[in-house]
Amino acid sequence: MVDAIYSLFGTEGPFLYLTAIVLSILAVVLPLLIAVAFAVYFDRKIWAAVQMRRGPNVVGPFGLLQSFADGLKLFLKETIIPAGANKAIFLIAPMLTFTLALISWAVIPFEARVAIADLNVGILYILAISSLGVYGIIMSGWASNSRYAFLGGLRSAAQMVSYEVSIGFVLVCVLVKVGSLNMTDIVLAQEGGIWNWHFIPYLPVYVIFFISALAETNRPPFDLPEAEAELVAGYQVEYSSMAFALFFLGEYANILLMSAVMAILFLGGWDAPLPILDFIPGWIWLLVKTAFGFWLIAMVKAFVPRYRYDQLMRLGWKVFLPLSLFFVVLYSGLKVAGVPLFS
Amino acid sequence: MDFPVEILPALAFYMFAAITVASGFLVIFAKNPVHSVLWLILAFFSAAGLFVLMGAEFLAMLLVIVYVGAVAVLFLFVVMMLDINFEELREGALDYIPIGALIGLILLAELVTLGSAWVVGEDITRNAAAPMPSVAEVHNTEAIGQILYTDYIYAFQGAGLVLLVAMIGAIVLTHRTRTGVRRQNISAQVSRRPEDAFELVNVKSGEGVSLTPGKKG
Repeated sequence: MVDAIYSLFGTEGPFLYLTAIVLSILAVVLPLLIAVAFAVYFDRKIWAAVQMRRGPNVVGPFGLLQSFADGLKLFLKETIIPAGANKAIFLIAPMLTFTLALISWAVIPFEARVAIADLNVGILYILAISSLGVYGIIMSGWASNSRYAFLGGLRSAAQMVSYEVSIGFVLVCVLVKVGSLNMTDIVLAQEGGIWNWHFIPYLPVYVIFFISALAETNRPPFDLPEAEAELVAGYQVEYSSMAFALFFLGEYANILLMSAVMAILFLGGWDAPLPILDFIPGWIWLLVKTAFGFWLIAMVKAFVPRYRYDQLMRLGWKVFLPLSLFFVVLYSGLKVAGVPLFS
Repeated sequence: MDFPVEILPALAFYMFAAITVASGFLVIFAKNPVHSVLWLILAFFSAAGLFVLMGAEFLAMLLVIVYVGAVAVLFLFVVMMLDINFEELREGALDYIPIGALIGLILLAELVTLGSAWVVGEDITRNAAAPMPSVAEVHNTEAIGQILYTDYIYAFQGAGLVLLVAMIGAIVLTHRTRTGVRRQNISAQVSRRPEDAFELVNVKSGEGVSLTPGKKG
């Protein structure tokens, strides 16, 4: 993507190359931020529909502009920094969360080889960045100098470290079949229609990945770091205005990222479900599949009650870890045995 | 000003190197231990950037996932929970300066001696245990895998066993069975049904309900 834009300039030079990088980043980030705004709206509408409410319906047609109004409101509010807070870290934490949520998108392929960076280790990059995501939360929890925030930060740290393990094993299951860590190669391995997609042979690990992704992004039923009934709002409790908005945007950008990763790993990425539908551009298919993943995540929020903290830890370490380890062995065995769907 | 595009990796190198060194210094000089750990994380992260510039992207990602994503989180976790007055801890630190400086000098002298006497053997590439494929043909994830799981498989498995023993050791050392602890029995909790837990009683107005279960009042 960067090279394609760079070659458009005609001439060469380091400044032009940097410009090309910035342009390709903008080409991903701007639509992403707009998508985040609509994802918040989508999420609230689904939640409302399940509870037989109307949800946001005042600002703009069908309430479509609600997120923009909320954003503007947050933008105009005063930033309050608590007197006892560690000022620098308090302000860095939301920026870190937001930045990390955006930079993971660098390796998401929208078509074959169309990504900001088509890394050989793309999936490891996503794992690495999502493992960094915990710092924004733990830093904000500590810097706020507040009990609720600190408890939220600690819960989140333990939760994200635990579920990363099972996410890692699920990735191994898929990678063993594909034989590459490159995101584009993972989609290319599923090309040719819905019957080639990974969700058929890998359904059990898809479910494990989905539930772990909920825990990793602090979504209900695993939103214990911000459980309003016990911790008021957890690590976000001292934040107001834009700092809070950055947390909020980062959270939803992460949820969209997890939906996109699920689409790429299990639902064939940009690949059309039937070969006749190939005339529709690939990025639209990726968008539809990401929206499907987001819909699943939003539905879970609407009808699953919050887990208790000890149940959450038990599920991560005593259920998902052994289960995903078992599937690594199983899928590797099937690959070595040369079973068609798995090798 | 007309630079070739190749200047960008060099600039990136100097940026990452400067950040690594600077944050390394700040790990030691930061007054607050939590800040120290955060600087350490930045040092790890920029070291990962240096690995990427060398073309060792697999090692870079592992560095971030293992050290930054797991080890340093636990560091931070522990340091944040410590309830120590660090000003007090610092008071006697000046007494250790002579011995610290001595150790530093010895290390420096050793490194200088080593550095000046270092000669790379002429046939070093032929002596390597495994032939090195060119970087263009095999990218480094594959290269590491090919070496680790073939030539060094016993060393690799041995390292795994050592880690397993260390893990079991840590569990055995810290695990103790305490009496009188209430534990959650998840399967009993999950298998509870509404019928076992409550009953619906039709209360007529003016009459109460007996609290003894099973008897209507």
